Amino acid sequence: MREQTSSPQELAGLIIDDRRGARFKVNRQVFVDDEILALERKRVFSKCWLYLGHVSEVPAAGSFVSRRVGGRPLLFTRDRDGQLNALYNTCAHRGALVCRERAGNKRAFTCGYHAWTFDERGRFIGMPGREALPPDATDDCKLDLVHVERMEEFRGFVFVCFDRNAVPLVDYLAGAGDYLGYVADQGSDGMEIVTGSQDYCVAANWKLLQENSVDGYHGVPTHATYFDYLRSRDKATFTGVNMNSKGWVKNLGNGHAVSESIGLLPWGRPYARWAPGWGEEAKAEVEEIQRGIMERLGPERGNVVANGDRNLIIFPNLVVNDVMATTVRTFYPVRPDYMEVNAWCIAPKGESTTSRDRRLRNFVEFLGPAGFASPDDVEMLELCQRGYANAESAPYNDISRGMLSNAPTKTDELQMRTFWRRWRQLVSGDSSVELTGP
Amino acid sequence: MSVVLTRSDAEDFLIKEAGLLDAWKLEEWAALFTDDGEYLIPATDDPEGKPGTSLFLIYDDRHRLEERAKRLLKKNAHAEVPRSQTRHMTTNVVVGEGKDGVVPVSCNFVVFRSRMEVTNIYPGHAEYLLVNNGVGLRIRSKKAVLDVDALRPQGKISIIL
Repeated sequence: MREQTSSPQELAGLIIDDRRGARFKVNRQVFVDDEILALERKRVFSKCWLYLGHVSEVPAAGSFVSRRVGGRPLLFTRDRDGQLNALYNTCAHRGALVCRERAGNKRAFTCGYHAWTFDERGRFIGMPGREALPPDATDDCKLDLVHVERMEEFRGFVFVCFDRNAVPLVDYLAGAGDYLGYVADQGSDGMEIVTGSQDYCVAANWKLLQENSVDGYHGVPTHATYFDYLRSRDKATFTGVNMNSKGWVKNLGNGHAVSESIGLLPWGRPYARWAPGWGEEAKAEVEEIQRGIMERLGPERGNVVANGDRNLIIFPNLVVNDVMATTVRTFYPVRPDYMEVNAWCIAPKGESTTSRDRRLRNFVEFLGPAGFASPDDVEMLELCQRGYANAESAPYNDISRGMLSNAPTKTDELQMRTFWRRWRQLVSGDSSVELTGP
Repeated sequence: MSVVLTRSDAEDFLIKEAGLLDAWKLEEWAALFTDDGEYLIPATDDPEGKPGTSLFLIYDDRHRLEERAKRLLKKNAHAEVPRSQTRHMTTNVVVGEGKDGVVPVSCNFVVFRSRMEVTNIYPGHAEYLLVNNGVGLRIRSKKAVLDVDALRPQGKISIIL
């Protein structure tokens, strides 16, 4: 921890956004400093909308999921009236977690410490020896579990915000809402989170994973061995070098960004771009799925949904990568140099067993802590973090690619500058920081 | 056809497999599998899940497990450059009842992995389906189930368990 609290000017000065000189620099202190993390907790994670979960995870009355969001243990429940609830998982009595299970179905949560009990709406139900408290002790919800200040849903994706005065979720998402819509539109009967989550950690600053998730420039050097696998399996001869140099990136507002291309990349999409390695017998079904999309959504939107590959980052810590499968990934810093990551597979409800199987195989060919690519990403982020021990003498990351371009591609870095400009605005408290720009 | 496999034969085979992995003889490891072999690791929060229904950490068919072995030996498989030192401990081997030439074998394992001055531990149990192809034992299926509820602090599985 630094001795003095930094001024807004000092904090804003951690990022150099020189538009005339086409130079964008990030001071590496932002990855190592405890004061910065404390400010992020206060000004970013306590103010922004954070992903809680998907409606499919709480399908029935009494369904619940317990998970940490923004470092806070929460309960996500569907109550007897079918309503969604986001509750703080902490007893009204002494504060212990009232739920230790990850997921399930129940109508009552009993604290293990003194057996105070709450229903799935958070309402106080009972305690041993109620008579020792005054008769009005439980009036006006005084001993209920506390609801998270805000919870809103957008097309099945449920977010919470710890700031009562936050703008509505739909306004917060801005242009990113359209991109969540492309994912939501994959399933004619909606989407669902597949069982089996990927819960891991990375010994690096959380902001590096947001950058990496939308970084097309690293694909070939970091992931050459993944492309070797595809070539071997698909007996294909594509050259890796040009794969990511096309496509485009967009600032979606409020720090959200996307890196996108349509029909360009060499991997298969279970929904719905056939790859030779899946075998001829899969081809007919994949083409059938694609026809169904085109009929349902029309050829233009259908092509975007079926053939588009998208890496979407939603500020501050949500990634939805719709690539060789679709992953929803969120992460939170425990320390400046250590984050916890939770990732899931989202898929169309009711897809055939053969299509679901292809999806799950395809997901882990690249994604996740044992895939052919994500472990190498993690390695790179951890090497960066190790390098930042030199931050005092070697102070800057360079994020300037494409600043001179009117049409930045996936190997440029506009998408990361979009994130950083919003970060700079919130952390410094300087509302004059321009969120748009090259 | 009933198959008789003694525990010590099964144990010898599993010890041989562990030795190949610790020696980074990964292509030789892949060669232990039958042509329709598979290598599986379920999610840490769904250890009973079925591949194809639940998202696994590893869902390798025969081609992919061989490619996994080849990949990890490459100089640009960054997560394993420099390579981890590993030590596979295999215990509590139980041979089940064979059927149609396939024998289920289970064991406990602990794998120690050290790299760049950090050591992680991977505890769990493994379920094998072994067959004897006439030349020797081969693996039709290996499922390694971890006894952890999140990959923390391990972070990743860039070695073969």
